[in-house]
This record gives sequence, C-alpha cells and structure tokens, in this order.
Amino acid sequence: MAESNAEIEQFQAEARAWLDENFPASLKGRGAELISGEFVDPSAGEDFKRWCQHLGDKGWGTPTWPTEYGGGGLTQKQAGVLQKEMSRARAFNPIPLMAGMGITMVGPTILEYGTDAQKAKHLPPISRGEVFWALGYSEPNAGSDLASLACKAEDKGDHWLVNGQKTWTSGADRAQWIGCLVRTDTEAPKRDGISFLILDMNQPGIETRPIKLIGGASQFCETFFNDAVADKDEILGELNGGWTVGKRLLQHERQSQTSAGSGMGGSSRLSLQELAERYVGRDAEGRIDDADLRSRLAKHLMKAQAQRLTIQRITAEARGNAKVSAAASILKNAAASVVQESSELTLEMMGHQGLGWEGDPFESHELEAVRNWLTSKAVSIYGGSFEIQNNIIAKNILGLPENTQRG
Amino acid sequence: MAALTEEQALLKEQASTWASEEAPVAKFREMRDSGNELGFDKGTWASIIELGWPGIVAPEDAGGVDMGHLTFGIVLEELGRQLTASPLLASGLIGVNALVIAGSDDQQSHWLPKITNGTVIATLAIDEGPRHAPFDIALRATPKGDGYVLDGEKVHVLEGASAGLFIVAARTAGEPGDANGISLFAVPGDSAGLTRTPLTPTDSRGYANVSFGEVQVGPEALMGNANDASPQLEIILDRARAGLAAEMLGVAGQSFDMTLDYLKNRVQFGEVIGSFQALGHRAAALFTELEMSRSCVEAALTAIDEDSEDVATLCALAKCKAGELLHLATNELIQIHGGIGMTDEFDAGLYLKRARTLEATFGNMAFHRDRYAARVGL
Repeated sequence: MAESNAEIEQFQAEARAWLDENFPASLKGRGAELISGEFVDPSAGEDFKRWCQHLGDKGWGTPTWPTEYGGGGLTQKQAGVLQKEMSRARAFNPIPLMAGMGITMVGPTILEYGTDAQKAKHLPPISRGEVFWALGYSEPNAGSDLASLACKAEDKGDHWLVNGQKTWTSGADRAQWIGCLVRTDTEAPKRDGISFLILDMNQPGIETRPIKLIGGASQFCETFFNDAVADKDEILGELNGGWTVGKRLLQHERQSQTSAGSGMGGSSRLSLQELAERYVGRDAEGRIDDADLRSRLAKHLMKAQAQRLTIQRITAEARGNAKVSAAASILKNAAASVVQESSELTLEMMGHQGLGWEGDPFESHELEAVRNWLTSKAVSIYGGSFEIQNNIIAKNILGLPENTQRG
Repeated sequence: MAALTEEQALLKEQASTWASEEAPVAKFREMRDSGNELGFDKGTWASIIELGWPGIVAPEDAGGVDMGHLTFGIVLEELGRQLTASPLLASGLIGVNALVIAGSDDQQSHWLPKITNGTVIATLAIDEGPRHAPFDIALRATPKGDGYVLDGEKVHVLEGASAGLFIVAARTAGEPGDANGISLFAVPGDSAGLTRTPLTPTDSRGYANVSFGEVQVGPEALMGNANDASPQLEIILDRARAGLAAEMLGVAGQSFDMTLDYLKNRVQFGEVIGSFQALGHRAAALFTELEMSRSCVEAALTAIDEDSEDVATLCALAKCKAGELLHLATNELIQIHGGIGMTDEFDAGLYLKRARTLEATFGNMAFHRDRYAARVGL
C-alpha cells in the first residue's frame, strides 16, 4: 500500500513538471477570485477553459477516481502530493465546483453503488466538469424526517414516471442531472420504499424556482416534477434500497463540508486578529483592547484549531482506508459551530459597520461579512441538522437506545 | 487515538490492564481511607518503577528508554482513568525533564539514574501564591561562599511530602513578576532548613507546602546559568502541562464511560434514560468535546517529541481544552447519575475532586487562554 519515498519523489517531480507545462501563468493565484461559491466568473476566459481541458484530459480534476472513468487513478498519498504541488504553483482545481454535487457526493456514491453502465455514462462528464449535478432530497413535508418523503416514481414498464416536489435543491436551475430520493413502494415501511433515481433535468416535466433567503439570492431552488420521466436503468443501487444509498451520499456530503474552504488557494478575507486590530485596537501592551472580547476570541480560535487538529487526526488514522470515518458526524457540528461563531464575532467587532445591507458607506468586506453571517445560519440545518447529527452520534456511535415513544 | 506504533499500542494495552487490575480506583479509595500522608500507595509506586515508566522520557544512559512524550501521555491517560495515585508525573515527567533541559552533565548523571530506578522522587517547586504564576517568585537565592542560600516559601508542591529532590525556581535578581532574574536549583530533600507541611487536599494526593529557611546549597546545585532560567522553566512547565492534559483526558474518558454506562442501564418512566433525547444530546456534546480535546492533547505531545515551533501554543491549547472537557465531563458525571452521584460510596466524587486539582495545576483555563491569545496575536 505505502509507496516508497523514491516513488513519491518521482511522482512529485512528474506533477511539478506537468503543472509547469500546463497551468497557465495568467491564472496564478486567482482561484478564489475566479470562483466564488459555486459560480465561475464568466470573464475567466480562454486560459481558464484550456486549464479545465488539461485537468480533464489528465484526470487530475478527480485525482483519486479510476482512470477508466476519467479520474487520475492516484493513491491518496499521491493526491496529497499533487495538492501540495498545486498550491506551490498557486494553481487550483475548479472541476469540483463546476460539477455541483457531482464530485464531492454523487461521484463517490456512483463509484460505490453504480452499475458498470452507470459509471461509464455518468462519471467521465463529471470528472471533466462538463455537467452540473443537483440533489433532490428534502421536501416541504420531509426535512429532518426525510424518510417520510412523498415524491413518487411509478414503474411504467420502459420508464419511471415521477410526480411530486423537492426543495432546497441546490443549483437545480442550472443542473443537467439530478439524483433524487423517490418513493417506489407506497406500501412498505417508510424507509424501505425509497429508491435513488437519476433524472435528466432537461425535460418539460421538471420546473425549478429559485428560493430567496435571509441573506438575499441563493443557489437553492424548489423543483417540481409533473409527469417527469427517467430511464428504467437509472436507479442507483437496489430498487427500494435508496435509503442506504442516500445516507451514504450524505456521509460524503458531511465530509466535504467539514473540509470545505480548503484547496481554493486561500481566502482574501481578513483574519479575526486583523479585524480585532482594525476595529477594536490594541492596548499599550499590545493586547486587543477589550478583555472580554479578547477572551472570547481566544476561546473561539482554540475551538477552531481543535477542530482542524481533529480533521488531521482522523485523516491520519484513516490513511489507506477509503471508508468514511464514523467521526465525520462529530466534525459537522463542530465545523458548523466554528463557522457561525466566527461570523458572529466578525460582526460584533465591526460594530455599526457590520450592520449594512448594501451601499457605499459600507466597505465590500463589511457587506460580505453580513451576508456570510446570515448564510452561515444554514450550516447547522443542511445536510442533517445539528439536532439530527446529535441523534446520529447518540444512537450510532455511542449506542444509546432509541426511545420507544418516537415515531 | 493517534495512529500508534506497535510499541506504543502494546504499552497502552499494558498500562490499561495493569491499572484496572493492579491499581484500580478501589485501591485509590483504600489509600484515601487509610489516611496515607504520602498521597500514594508505596506498593503501587514500586510496581510502576518495576514497569520502568519513570524512565519513559529519560535518556538510555540514565536508565531510561527515551520513548517520547506521546508515549508517556498514553500511560498517564490510562492511569488517569483509574485515578491511580503515584509520583510518576512529578518525578518521571517533570523531574526528568527539568534535569534533561536545565541540568549539567554532572547533575544528570547524579540524579537521573536515581529517578528512573525510583530511589529518589523528584519534583518542581515553583508556585508561591494561590494561583499559578511562574514568574511571581520571591524565594531568594543569595550567593554565599561558592554556593547559595535559599530563603522563602513554596506552596502546593506536587509530591512535596515524599520528594527527595526539589527543583526550585528561585530569584537571584530583580523583583517578583520579572521573567528575568530567575534561577533553578537542584535541592536535596534532606537539606538542613528545608521543612515540609503536608497538605490534606480534596483529591487526597500528595502535596506539601515547603519552607526554605536559609537552606545552604553548594555550587553543584545551580542548574544552568544564574538569572536566565525562565526560558528553560517555560519548556519544563509546558511538558508538565501536556502530561497533565493527558491525565485529564483519561479522567474525562472514564467519567464519560461511567456516564454512558448509566445512560444505557438506568430505567425511569419505563424507559432506559439514554433514550431520552435531552440526555442523548448531552452525551453527544460530551463525546464531541472528548474527541476535540484528544486531538489537542496528542498534537501537543507530538509537537514536544518533534520539537516543533508551536509547542507552547499547542500546550496552552491542550491544557485549556482538557480543562474545559474535564469540567464538563465530571459535572455531567454527577448530574446524570443524580442522587447516587452525590454519595461518597460511588466514585463520581473522586473524579470530580481530581478534576478540580488537575485543572488548577500549572495554569487553569483562564491562564492558558490568555497565553494562547498572546501567542496567536490577540
């Protein structure tokens, strides 16, 4: 399993040479600027397109996927070396963001549960960042109690006929594909009648409507299915086995959220220390000039470091083991709390300047901080809420029994 | 748990088995009830010496095995789980490190073999007031002849009743509060003028206030150069804090396991109480803190072994996070057990008391939060 140092060094040289040759100098260090959230700046231009092309050809947009499905076929260790070489070259990998949920969640799940035909059909376009994927999980009446979902798919012999509604479908308005949890058996106990169905978004039976959130425009949509159709062979995993497939996908989601924000070549935002210095100032001995705030900032930064160290520890423990760690559930709540606390501390430090919605009296980073604060409220809701995560830890990790009074 | 070497995994297993079979919490209770003034059982300490643990971080030519601090932390954590009382931390970790970091070749070859073979218990005498303040040192060391005269008081000295060697932080210049002007001395426990007042602390371990009444020492007692021992003292203290944090992880881990066990077995309202969401979520929160603290403690111990630049930051982080964790874990231990948790017959109180002492020793949460803040630019 473990490669020798010589092999790793050889790979490092290969990666360095390839980046020197193929990564356009005009894009150096511009990852964060060209790609914000899930959107690629349209002005990114020809060099950007060429770079995506090179990454796709080499398979290094999805470095650890098998080469037969468009991946790079690299080991975890090689992928780590590649990432280091990328940041050394101030390069970035935009493919994961261009594929929506394709690379972080759908891809690994198709690799695990897909048929050879499904893998061959869906994975190569994802690995090149050519198709954007959405996911249809939640419904208006199925949020934390996801298993009570009602959107149904009927077997019409040569196809599936889908009717119902999904919500919080991130990026559905520009997605080419959507992976949906649908009810395929209305008689079975609720978790046992669900399948994971893949639908082509480009059809008259599917309509999307964007949802405006407390922080303004968002990538979230409502998605309506009116006699939408899907090919017969687009069930991922077992028929009526969608609960297992769907849960597995969420583990990948939690893992990707936990490490979110890494790998895009750094953020332009100011650190909490810089903000404190700028908005609060320092006393004669160089301390932040508000003892209560300073103590709370220290407590927060310690929590953030503990969270990062936990990711490192779990990664080290799991090295060579492709399974998602059970501790991923712990990390999601910890990460959510760090993000939310950080954005609250940021606004607190900015005072009146941290209260703007729009307009020139506010600096752009101040307006951005307000929107981030609002957006951050979602982190403890999506992908399994704070409470659901704690249920999972209590039940699955600590082995506490389920209450008989609960549905 | 960090990815362990085969050697470390074996040691962990050995320490866990030994502590739960030979030095379990019942034995600690027995020691407490016997009114033992040393604060540890001599037989237990003899076994620990036999096992070689006082030499885990000592150099091989001094009778040690030089296996590093992560390894030492593994043992301290396992002993912490059973509240196993012994001078291992004071002597094997702090005493050994003080000599390795600040001692001359002569001091090392004189004292280290005695510490690793258990004939001498070493300890650090630093604090003089109610709160940990490493530079608030008033105890004076005044040159006399070719040696020094030490005069002053040290309080709450770990294993102060049994120590045969005190590493004393003394002032040779400046005023209390100054980082400069501090020197370290290796002072034998039987020195004339040295008197100990053993304490009866809440955690029933061995502490003493130690008075130095014109204690005369020779030139061989001064460790390193006079007046500038602060940087070395900081390194010694950080290693002590990381070791304490490892023990705290063990005390918290056991407190959590006891709580979890109770949640799975206690029935009220016709249900196992662990099935109630209000309690399940508290268990989940506790588990999360446990995992986060473990990462910090292991990172600090590893940083010591790798001599990283951020040792001090990570030690402050580890001691503070372990403090937060232990505070929560022992309070929940009592609260979730309800009335039974309040009885002396049940072990919860023993864990709560040990937690309080560990938290206060060599800097509490506030102390380390302030240190961390200064180190990260706040």
